[in-house]
Amino acid sequence: MNKIIKKTRLAENVTEYVVSAPDVARHAHPGQFIILRVDEDGERVPFTICDYDAIAGTVTILVQEVGYSTIKLSQIPEGGFIADFVGPLGNPTDLSEFKNILLIGGGIGAAVIYPQAKALRAKGMPSDVIVGARTASLLMYEKEFKAAAENLYLITDDGTSGVKGFVTDELKRLAAVNNYDCVFAVGPMPMMRAVCALTAELNIKTVVSMNSIMVDGTGMCGGCRLTCGGKTKYACVDGPEFDGHLIDWDEAINRSKVYREQEKEHRCRLTGEVK
Amino acid sequence: MAIEKKPRSKMPEQDPKERARNFKEVAFGYTPAMAQEEASRCMHCKNAPCMQGCPVSVNIPDFLAATASGEFEKAGDIIGKTSSLPAICGRVCPQENQCEKMCLRARVDGAVAIGNVERFVGDYMLAHGGKPQKTARTGKRVAVIGSGPAGLTCAAELSNHGVDVTVFEAFHKAGGVLVYGIPEFRLPKSLVQAEIDKLCGGGVEIKLNTVAGKTLPIEEIAKDYDAVFIGSGAGLPMFMNIPGENLNGVYSANEYLTRVNLMKAYLPNSPTPVQLGKKVTVIGAGNVAMDAARTALRMGAESVKIIYRRGREEMPARAEEIHHAEQEGIEFCLLTNPVSFCGESGWVKSMRCVKMELGEPDKSGRRSPKPVAGSEFDIETDMVIVSLGTRPNPLIKNSFAALQTSEKGTIVVNEETMQTNVDGIYAGGDAVTGAATVILAMGAGRKASKAILEKLGMQS
Ligand SMILES: Cc1cc2nc3c(=O)[nH]c(=O)nc-3n(C[C@H](O)[C@H](O)[C@H](O)COP(=O)(O)OP(=O)(O)OC[C@H]3O[C@@H](n4cnc5c(N)ncnc54)[C@H](O)[C@@H]3O)c2cc1C
Ligand SMILES: Cc1cc2nc3c(=O)[nH]c(=O)nc-3n(C[C@H](O)[C@H](O)[C@H](O)COP(=O)(O)OP(=O)(O)OC[C@H]3O[C@@H](n4cnc5c(N)ncnc54)[C@H](O)[C@@H]3O)c2cc1C
Ligand code: SF4
Ligand code: FES
Repeated sequence: MNKIIKKTRLAENVTEYVVSAPDVARHAHPGQFIILRVDEDGERVPFTICDYDAIAGTVTILVQEVGYSTIKLSQIPEGGFIADFVGPLGNPTDLSEFKNILLIGGGIGAAVIYPQAKALRAKGMPSDVIVGARTASLLMYEKEFKAAAENLYLITDDGTSGVKGFVTDELKRLAAVNNYDCVFAVGPMPMMRAVCALTAELNIKTVVSMNSIMVDGTGMCGGCRLTCGGKTKYACVDGPEFDGHLIDWDEAINRSKVYREQEKEHRCRLTGEVK
Repeated sequence: MAIEKKPRSKMPEQDPKERARNFKEVAFGYTPAMAQEEASRCMHCKNAPCMQGCPVSVNIPDFLAATASGEFEKAGDIIGKTSSLPAICGRVCPQENQCEKMCLRARVDGAVAIGNVERFVGDYMLAHGGKPQKTARTGKRVAVIGSGPAGLTCAAELSNHGVDVTVFEAFHKAGGVLVYGIPEFRLPKSLVQAEIDKLCGGGVEIKLNTVAGKTLPIEEIAKDYDAVFIGSGAGLPMFMNIPGENLNGVYSANEYLTRVNLMKAYLPNSPTPVQLGKKVTVIGAGNVAMDAARTALRMGAESVKIIYRRGREEMPARAEEIHHAEQEGIEFCLLTNPVSFCGESGWVKSMRCVKMELGEPDKSGRRSPKPVAGSEFDIETDMVIVSLGTRPNPLIKNSFAALQTSEKGTIVVNEETMQTNVDGIYAGGDAVTGAATVILAMGAGRKASKAILEKLGMQS
């Protein structure tokens, strides 16, 4: 059982949880994730470690309510408990070989790039950051990003905040005037794929964080498998970060839809109950 | 000596048609009278060949004699001298290759049903046997990584000698393969829980959700404890690496069974989903394959086929599981090997197979299968479960470079002491042998506990 120390609503359907997990906090690094189960019968669902405090013994996650488990989680009040919380899983991000990095976060992907923005600032090489969302009410961590980034570019599909358009539009514009040697892009798979298609043309090395469907998160089920450079890899133990230009995107996107029908049903059941 | 013929007492079971659609245990177990009757078939042979067949040398004639005379608790104590999980081993040991294979009565009118009687005694002990008494604590502390049969047995043995043990388990539930792999209809989870509760009665603390090498580095654990036992199993699934294997609807047996068993996807309202295949194919013919096939049937499949590249004789599963699977209507496509999977809109639709024939026996004496040229054919399938065996997960090795492992990823140990190349760190079970059996894992846990006690300067 892990206590929710603090719970903050950040954007429409996005909640920040500060969870007590001393062992995880002590060994976490940016880029790693945790898996939690909301309650005794819950599903195992993965979330990126957005921040951690080894001294306070806490781990911060940012969760977008998209389905059964994430909505259930949002119903636990501050001070309440999560049944299971395991981590840190996966490999830490390693961008050390790059000098001029552009970070791109789409939707909840902002949760993954924020620790990077912070880490790069701490290293004395703050980076440019593009944060994209469908609409203004879905944007989050604006203040935090402003503090961490060299330049922050906000993009919304509908223009309700920042520039109207897609992150790829902004990427194209920025790449023309900057000399990025790496793009680190995290968001929904179609967004990451679009970024990779563009950076392949621009010849910029691109790292993505793959949010495959997982069960154990330790390499025991193969459910999270994907093809990278023609080889089968496990997102949980070989990743979650991969060279985006080597990913078989058709396959990855297809595999992310395996349970679409069941998920719809689960969600209906829950929202039905909640109403 | 002339003996009166008296055939083996049959195990009462659920009707195959009925049980193929439910998750209740297949076998009901002996009544006390049946157990006594069967135990009395033991001829008490001079050299007790059965004991040589048992990997942990349970004193079989003695426990059978005690059972025959109705002294069930005494029988339990006799088994308990060398085995810690009789209710489980009685259900899952491949007895036909172990104790019962050596039984001399096999030649007369069928081997004594040692496993069935052991199961009865194990169940009796769970219901009636006392908890292990609390021994005086010694202040020594040992860490155990993994809560499968190897880890649990090691922990229980140490605790019985006054050592405080912390078991670190990666999953949210203790039991290893016993809870995430072997299905409810073969090994009820309430029983596993009861064995764990009993085993861990004394000074054992189980810390769930703790991945050694991630949540806690092995070096840190080694520093905090007087010794460490690694019983992390062999959980890494193998795939065939053939085209189409990453299509939706293709599972590893590990994933399929974990979703259904551990995550309870077999219950109607489970938040964890699993695909419901109609025409299911399972590749492989070991215990894991039989479990996956029979699980798929219970999940409502119209047909389930086992695809295996060798012949009937070579199938590695327990005889009883193969028999049960056949009774339940699982089809066996033997001497058949998949070469690719074909999909439609990202979902598997069929499997291309090739016929195999058995060649000359190889060095190991097994006849190796060879494809028959031009024999390709397609099998329609909307769900494939790949069950080709598992290897130790490289996670521990990757996080702890000092640990010596083999090419296959198994941890190298001194077989006398189960100590690894690192002083004070021991290992056993599937992590050392590769995928094997419950009884061997349990035996390894015991053996290591003895060496650890010695190392700590204690009598075992
Ligand atoms: C490494 C990793 C890091 C992630 N980090 C974050 C994060 O920081 N914040 C965040 O909000 N989300 C994150 N996700 C996604 C998050 O895990 C899913 O949104 C969540 O599991 C949805 O569960 P649900 O029951 O609410 O929704 P469901 O109704 O089950 O599904 C909704 C969507 O989530 C996906 N999904 C469902 N189950 C899983 C699963 N077990 N693993 C992965 N995806 C799943 C489905 O493909 C679907 O698109 C991450 C995923 C991975 C693999
Ligand atoms: C489906 C199936 C059916 C089987 N049927 C039979 C049968 O009928 N008869 C039989 O004798 N055998 C059978 N077996 C084999 C038997 O279950 C195994 O040989 C036995 O469980 C091995 O025990 P173990 O303790 O070595 O490992 P496991 O039971 O695998 O337990 C290892 C435990 O360690 C945990 N772990 C792994 N890594 C870490 C880490 N880094 N940190 C913390 N914890 C970790 C795992 O989560 C797991 O709980 C079957 C196996 C399967 C999969
Ligand atoms: S433990 Fe297994 S091999 Fe040994 S007597 Fe019991 S059933 Fe037979
Ligand atoms: S989540 Fe099971 S192997 Fe990656």
